Amino acid sequence: MNAVRNFFHSIRVRLGKLPRWAQLVLWGLVVLLVYLLPIINPPFLTTTGSDFGAVLFSCAMYSLVAIGLNIVIGYAGLLDLGYIGFFAIGAYTVGMLGSAHATLPLILLVPAAIVVTMISGVLLGAPTLRVRGDYLAIVTLGFGEIVRLVLVNSGWTNGSRGISNIPTPPSIELFDIPHISWQGLTAFVDLETTTTFLKFSVTDSVPYYWLTLTLVFIVLFLDWLMQNSRVGRAWEATREDEDAAELMGVPTFRFKLLAFATGAAIGGLSGAMFATKQQFINPENFTIIYSVLFVAMVVVGGQGNRWGVVFAAVLLTWAPEKFRFLADGRFFLFGILLMALAIFRPQGLIPPKRTVRARKAEEEETEILEEGHAHA
Amino acid sequence: MPDTTPGALGSHDEAHDGAHDGSRSARREDIVTNPDTSVDISVEEVTDLPPGKMLEVDDVTLRFGGVTALDGVSFHINTGEILGLIGPNGAGKTTCFNVMTGVYQPTSGGVRFMGEPLGRRKKFEITKLGIARTFQNIRLFHNMTALENILVGADAHHSTGMASALLRLPKHRREEAEGMDRAHELLKFMGLERRADELARNLPYGDQRRLEIARALATNPKLLCLDEPAAGFNPAEKVRLMELIQTIREQGYTVLLIEHDMRLVMGVTDRIVVLEFGKKIAEGLPAEIRDNPAVIAAYLGVDESAS
Repeated sequence: MNAVRNFFHSIRVRLGKLPRWAQLVLWGLVVLLVYLLPIINPPFLTTTGSDFGAVLFSCAMYSLVAIGLNIVIGYAGLLDLGYIGFFAIGAYTVGMLGSAHATLPLILLVPAAIVVTMISGVLLGAPTLRVRGDYLAIVTLGFGEIVRLVLVNSGWTNGSRGISNIPTPPSIELFDIPHISWQGLTAFVDLETTTTFLKFSVTDSVPYYWLTLTLVFIVLFLDWLMQNSRVGRAWEATREDEDAAELMGVPTFRFKLLAFATGAAIGGLSGAMFATKQQFINPENFTIIYSVLFVAMVVVGGQGNRWGVVFAAVLLTWAPEKFRFLADGRFFLFGILLMALAIFRPQGLIPPKRTVRARKAEEEETEILEEGHAHA
Repeated sequence: MPDTTPGALGSHDEAHDGAHDGSRSARREDIVTNPDTSVDISVEEVTDLPPGKMLEVDDVTLRFGGVTALDGVSFHINTGEILGLIGPNGAGKTTCFNVMTGVYQPTSGGVRFMGEPLGRRKKFEITKLGIARTFQNIRLFHNMTALENILVGADAHHSTGMASALLRLPKHRREEAEGMDRAHELLKFMGLERRADELARNLPYGDQRRLEIARALATNPKLLCLDEPAAGFNPAEKVRLMELIQTIREQGYTVLLIEHDMRLVMGVTDRIVVLEFGKKIAEGLPAEIRDNPAVIAAYLGVDESAS
């Protein structure tokens, strides 16, 4: 474990020494690579049993979910077990206003989904955020199920038949990009399989992946802006000790509500992406098991670290597709790994960076101590 | 030359640091900076206050079911003084704090701050009015750094919201810069500068106690309430902390101090209020309290028989 840590530490130090422009170019290349993943189909990463582009889209979509839920659980410390409810509301807003009851274009549907979920977040939060801890978990768990049951039983939402013909984003067909296929470690340009830039269709998930990935980057940036401000500090103080925070002048209720609404809005955005990609939604897409999976992403990734939860979201979406050949054994394995994580790394795979910074300060102190010893 | 004077032992609580081997522990002390009381931590809105009664506790009674925690307690705090609030365990000292900071609503009676009744104000609103406190059992934000802890306190008089933060409006920048300046000032004053980036939970016990005071000071309090700030300190450390509290007063803050140690309270306070079983049994100058038979009987008498 220490060796791995030192390895990453030394890489970070070396990267930090590069000039600013080189760092930017390096980051640009990494981002470009991430965008091109479904085109390149890297031998180890690619999934054979299912469409790699669709898997990557799911990864990006669940990354959004994880970032949103991380605000609620990781920053503000509110255990929300009904996050799928917001995801569903976002998806159904798109479905209802785009197909079932009106035919608005997607460019309006996405903001509508964000606003509606944000309002539902406030409506749920205002009465329930007065309860704490376990009680809040139970209330939100109920919320998630209520949303699903309303969707099943309401004629207004088409009940269990769901909503079809959900609009796609507008396509602008500019050029074709051939995919790369691999035989062993040799790459071939596959002129048969191409992705049209940008044609949103049922047959090709790659443009949806690009769209959602862009949203992920935007939301990550907004998340950073929020966390590094009075808002982020107020959330964390509330998480650490609600009474003490209140006595230090933090209006905790207001900030908890803000976290809830912000998290809900991001969940709604993700749900909207889901709806437009699937073009068909029904209540069965929004069962309680997803809420649990979402919480698992945040906990596995490391509560409070946006990169950690994104990593976990990608891992927990990609791995079941990659190891499809294991069939039901996957879930057994997942359970075992979750238990191992809880025992050996309860803070998550990539815990918030601050911990690392504090450790560095300690290392420096030890260095000073040792130097002092040498001088004596 | 090895520094063996008590003053050089820095801020560590020996009882908690005892696990280290002696030599390492001693050298650790060298690199822990001591409080720099020459740093100016005063703020105008506090130092410019007119003299007079700052806070008045008026006939406050607080009952929990059948238990009367406070029974018709009245006293006041003058601007610029250090008032000691003492009494045996369970006398209602902390409860009194809780009423003053809005944690509990009194059953009858009320608290006036700067002439205004606190009424049913929320806790954070009272903090914004200018009453800040520390806790008997340390309640820092443990997974935040020392610096961030103080920033949260400084945020009490900031108003950056979601919009300002997302758009990085000038207000956000100004308040961040102001908070940072204030935090570094306080860290230096408390001798915690080197600890700025460490998690609060990793700090030695004594540093945690002082960080709590720094966090409370960051809210620019007119009245600073310290709930047993020297609990768990050895005698030398206690004396140094009391000196620090006196410096805080000299910089213009009014202090309300709960402390068990009678001798200590006598040394730093201007006046003393004594509680026993939820009632005020005495009030006066330290010398008067020392000779007050009721106090000796109730407080010291009980204390002696217990030990």
